Amino acid sequence: MTAAAVFTQNDIENFPFPFPKDQYRYSANVEPTGQKASTVVGSWGEQRVVIDAHYRRELAERSRILAVDPTRSQCLPHMVPAAWDAMLTLMHELADGYPQHMTLERVIAEPASYRWRNALLDIDQTFTFGAADTLPTDPLTYICSQIQEDVVLLDQRDDQMWGDAGVVTFAADWSFGFDVGMSFLQIHGPVPRLHSEKIATRAHEFIKRLQPAQSYRRTNWTLTVDGKLDTSTETYPEWGKDRRTLAEGPLEDVGDRLFLRTEVQHLIRLPQSNAVMFLIRTYLLPFRAIATIPEWADRLYRVLEDLPVDMADYKGITRTRGPGLQWLRTHGPVVP
Amino acid sequence: MTHTVNAPPTGLTGTDLLVTVGTVRELCDGIREVTFTGAQALPSFTPGSHIGVRWGTGVQNSYSLTGPCTDPDHYAICVRRDDAGRGGSAWIHALRVGDQVVITPPRSAFAPISVARHHVLIAGGIGVTPILSHVRAAVQWHRSFEVIYSHRPGQDALADELQNLCGDRLTIVHDVDDFWSHLTPILEDSVLGTHLYTCGPAMMIDAVAAAATAAGWPAQRVHSEQFSSAVATGGAPFAARLRRTGVLVPVGADVSLLEALLERGVAVPNLCRQGVCGECRVTVRGGRIDHRDFYLTDDERAEGDTMMPCVSRAAGDQVELEL
Repeated sequence: MTAAAVFTQNDIENFPFPFPKDQYRYSANVEPTGQKASTVVGSWGEQRVVIDAHYRRELAERSRILAVDPTRSQCLPHMVPAAWDAMLTLMHELADGYPQHMTLERVIAEPASYRWRNALLDIDQTFTFGAADTLPTDPLTYICSQIQEDVVLLDQRDDQMWGDAGVVTFAADWSFGFDVGMSFLQIHGPVPRLHSEKIATRAHEFIKRLQPAQSYRRTNWTLTVDGKLDTSTETYPEWGKDRRTLAEGPLEDVGDRLFLRTEVQHLIRLPQSNAVMFLIRTYLLPFRAIATIPEWADRLYRVLEDLPVDMADYKGITRTRGPGLQWLRTHGPVVP
Repeated sequence: MTHTVNAPPTGLTGTDLLVTVGTVRELCDGIREVTFTGAQALPSFTPGSHIGVRWGTGVQNSYSLTGPCTDPDHYAICVRRDDAGRGGSAWIHALRVGDQVVITPPRSAFAPISVARHHVLIAGGIGVTPILSHVRAAVQWHRSFEVIYSHRPGQDALADELQNLCGDRLTIVHDVDDFWSHLTPILEDSVLGTHLYTCGPAMMIDAVAAAATAAGWPAQRVHSEQFSSAVATGGAPFAARLRRTGVLVPVGADVSLLEALLERGVAVPNLCRQGVCGECRVTVRGGRIDHRDFYLTDDERAEGDTMMPCVSRAAGDQVELEL
């Protein structure tokens, strides 16, 4: 990986382990946000936007990716108000969640002007809401350089949601640049089973009806080799071969090279633009760390073993789940 | 005349906001502007949003917010006193500075369309309230727009504010002939991609929509919001059978199904009571439905197994509910 991550006990305790059952299928698994979710060793989910020990490393990685490929940040012209709305909402969220590091202060009533301070990054910025020349960059890129979450903004019109803006640098096997401007149902077109089971349409109806200040979360997951955050379609030539080298390499390496990747996704209706902000936060934990928790190792094993071929294909884990299962049997506390 | 301070209404639910009357201002005969401040920060809102003002146990009126929408230090509403109404507007007209009031958080049901190339905003009478909020946003984001404000002479609530924001983009008319002689060329000549927004009496909304349709406007570009009190909840009496208990709840001609259920002690979650928010949705197991809400999709109506009891009624003499 570009910047080597060191995974600690904290990462295990805060890991959003995504499997409530031995079998995983797609569902509209949404729940209200802000509730602590307990795991066998810890908990997650008390805050919608989370800053953890990987803050600087992940922001540096995002900045590197954006420098190489600016198309990871896009905002169609009609989404400028939504981008400001998202930035302000995220600043409030950070100031509420991390008051010791972040503050947002109203300095002028009209036009609405603020002073934003982020002590973690030595930022002290005064800006006027909606005035592009009062920020060093566009509002979405600006705030995404201060949070670990990827962001997609969905506009609502013609009774549909449209993915018309976002900053996505840590995509798991998809391309934001390809999807931007598509409707929610178009974006989810390739997902197997989602449509025959009407999950996509139900999720779509649910999102359309989100009220201001309402927010919901869900998790998604996949497997990623070497803990790479950026496994987007754009960089496939760089990471695609990792799946083969893992499968062909020594079994002993799998515990350190193969990661369970959980995405904690939040859906938040933005108050001023009526857009919906979709946050995707990526958590990675190597199989070796998962194996320290027998319940997790066992659950992960059952889920991987049971997963139907079409779902495994779509998740891009057809090559890696075999070695993962074998490693869990051989080196993990799993009894098949 | 002595004034009794309104006791803070009870029944504050989880999302309700307790606010204090900050200012009261007579805008013109029978129309008052009331502003509210909150002990806690008031949420930002989408232009065209409304709040519900709770003026008694289980009753609320909805009013559009007219002030700035970014982390506002107050909410402003304008209320026309309706002596023929249920009493909500009179209750608000009796409010004094310092009174405490319970309101619902803002809800958006009349939002600007982000991709519109031009916005034609039409206000009829007190329907000017959400239009002012649209105008504030249009000015802030440099949107292309124009406003037609039709009101009776002297009933010019918020006209000064509109004039300041709009300049020559505002046309004020006082009678039907002027209204149409101004609007007709707009309907015929507006740039493709223009969206039309009307807030006013039902008759005006219907007439504008009909004229737009006749001029070739697609329905997706024609938006409207009726006065809150204009939503008709009454109709022929019917009965609701509650499937779980077998109880038969009679619904009189002048009450909504929701009111009848609540009166009977059946807890149905509800918010807007205008068929907009979707909160009170109930599952229907039998009987035909007279859908009057703005919430369900055409497909959902066609299924016939769900309804919004705050405004919708039985089409026959009975519905059976999953309650």
